[in-house]
Amino acid sequence: MSNTVIKVENIAKQYRLGEVGTGSLSHDVNRWWHKVRGKEDPYLKIGDSNDRTQKGNTDYVWALKNINFEVKQGEVLGIIGRNGAGKSTLLKILSRTTAPTIGSIKIKGRIASLLEVGTGFHPELSGRDNIYLNGAILGMSKQEITRKFDEIVDFAGVERYINTPVKRYSSGMYVRLAFAVAAHLESEILIVDEVLAVGDAEFQTKCLGKMKDVSTNGGRTVLFVSHNMAAVKQLCNKGIILKNGAFEFEGSTLEAITHYQKISGLASSYFHQGTIQSALGNHNIRILKFSVQAISQDFITISSGLSFNIEFYNHNADINLDVTIELKTNDDLVILHIGKLVTQNKDSMRGIYFVSGELPPYFLNAGIYKFKVIFGQDQRIALYIKDDIVQFEVLNEAIGSNNFVRPGFSAFQIPFTHSFKQLEDAVATDY
Amino acid sequence: MQYSDKEEWDMVIQPQTGWLDLHLKDVWKYRDLLWLFVKRDFTAAFKQTILGPLWHFIQPLFTTIVFLVVFGRIAKIPTDGIEPAVFYMSGITIWNYFTSCLTGTSNTFVANAGIFGKVYFPRLVIPLSVVLSNMVKFGIQFLLLLLLMIYYGIKNQHFYIGLSWLFIPLLVAMMALMGLGLGIIISSLTTKYRDFTVLIGFGVQLLMYATPVIYPLSYFKHSKYAAFIQYNPLSPLVETFRYAILGAGSYNSGMLLYSGSVILVFLAIGLIIFNRVEKGFMDTV
Repeated sequence: MSNTVIKVENIAKQYRLGEVGTGSLSHDVNRWWHKVRGKEDPYLKIGDSNDRTQKGNTDYVWALKNINFEVKQGEVLGIIGRNGAGKSTLLKILSRTTAPTIGSIKIKGRIASLLEVGTGFHPELSGRDNIYLNGAILGMSKQEITRKFDEIVDFAGVERYINTPVKRYSSGMYVRLAFAVAAHLESEILIVDEVLAVGDAEFQTKCLGKMKDVSTNGGRTVLFVSHNMAAVKQLCNKGIILKNGAFEFEGSTLEAITHYQKISGLASSYFHQGTIQSALGNHNIRILKFSVQAISQDFITISSGLSFNIEFYNHNADINLDVTIELKTNDDLVILHIGKLVTQNKDSMRGIYFVSGELPPYFLNAGIYKFKVIFGQDQRIALYIKDDIVQFEVLNEAIGSNNFVRPGFSAFQIPFTHSFKQLEDAVATDY
Repeated sequence: MQYSDKEEWDMVIQPQTGWLDLHLKDVWKYRDLLWLFVKRDFTAAFKQTILGPLWHFIQPLFTTIVFLVVFGRIAKIPTDGIEPAVFYMSGITIWNYFTSCLTGTSNTFVANAGIFGKVYFPRLVIPLSVVLSNMVKFGIQFLLLLLLMIYYGIKNQHFYIGLSWLFIPLLVAMMALMGLGLGIIISSLTTKYRDFTVLIGFGVQLLMYATPVIYPLSYFKHSKYAAFIQYNPLSPLVETFRYAILGAGSYNSGMLLYSGSVILVFLAIGLIIFNRVEKGFMDTV
């Protein structure tokens, strides 16, 4: 018995664009006529891939086509893709709000979806009534809700308002309550779509924590759709990418995010501008070049180490010029903020300076990182700041026999020491 | 990886299922939800009103008064020897129940598209909850009818209670199923093409004139329209309802049986196409 809980087989979904009217009626009649004669649906053969920017040849598009994947129990799968990639359609099919055109999905266990929270909340009813109503809509029995009622109210943090109609709630409270109900649902599979957009930082952290908790401790499976890469990274252990309705990539979360950023136009790891006049900067500083490369090989990997080279034009003479770089993870966590005085005796000159530096091998773990650069005076006054001037990726490499991407942003290899103490025989055998 | 086909799956999502795969077991599983919807409809309807459920009294009361004037005084249509106020109100009460079931269920998909688009539960729960919460409303209006009957009973020194009262629950259930059956057929037909919604608005009004609500069945006995009114499956229900509570009017078990079979046919057709439509309607609604 395998522990695959969701098996998506060759799923496809076709939509007809344009308006419903007499034109669509003639197609419906034609489709029905084919069916009566036992022939295949004529409109299934046509249809464009779902690229919303291109003008199509027919009114039919495939919002999803040839989607195959499996999800194992306890996995938190991130579904990534740009707007219109088919993520929501996939989740809709999974949550049974719409049926696929072709293909099948096999599911083990109860499935609950959180496609935009607060489904079925009635504005006139109190928080208490809505917990029951919403819980029942999501598939809980009355007993189940009663049992979890206090926990839900506590999680949402709306105790004071519980007997007030939800139309009097703030939008944040509304979402808190709605998420709380769904999060306490005892389903084996939870589908989550963009719920973390609302709610304050504290609540978002709480939600992520709760979802992480249900998957690792509860052994439940979560399908998570979000544009928030930091959330995907924090929560998911596997990712799939959809692009224009087709399956694009499947892999570990980090690989998926990396791939996604690559296909959606990752900022270059190389910045170069020819002339001073047109270069990035202001009247103080013009950046001519900022490049990042591996030290000993073609690609930056965990073990390669990397160097960066900055070339810039300085306009201010006779000051103490300094350059500071800030190294950040792709979700803006600062790893390093370090600078250097380029001129120390108020003797800077108008002209082009070159600054370079190196990060040693294993300093960075696999992932995507960014550089911010700050040009200043006396390390106190900023002359010019440029956020995210370059972005680069550190590829994973096996360390020992282990090929997995480890967590964390650093793979720094610290020396371990170990020793051993032999126990007396009697003690060892007694244990 | 290869898996054998024998593996057990709790649920398989597919484009099409059999015609008779109605998922009625699912509806039973969601009975708590059904009850909560009924409760919601009832409590939410009169939030921020002062009279609250008393409003249910006002509509049949005023309609009765208008009917008394228009059909009783002006058109002088006989009422089979029944006190006119009681005659009209009994007709209105049962007829209202039918129309509220029909109109309430006939927009199931369109009105609930928002919630249906987000989460799955057996869609049939919604029309069932409409029928049940209207039954509460019917109960209140029936109470008013009883009060009226008691008033006239005291006035005329005659009050009828008989075994025929036992018919009432059966007739109410038949009305409910009739409204439900027709309503879910219409709601299924209107997901893509809305034409029927226009029809239902005035259709229901016209249908009332083809049903013995404002006149007794005997009124048309010898006219050429008799067959038309008699074969309206709603006629025996209204007529028998009056017979049941008042002991007057006509009762014909054959006609009642006819109504019953028409209801079953409508209900069966309704369930099948409703079930058919509920899977894909989100794409066309």
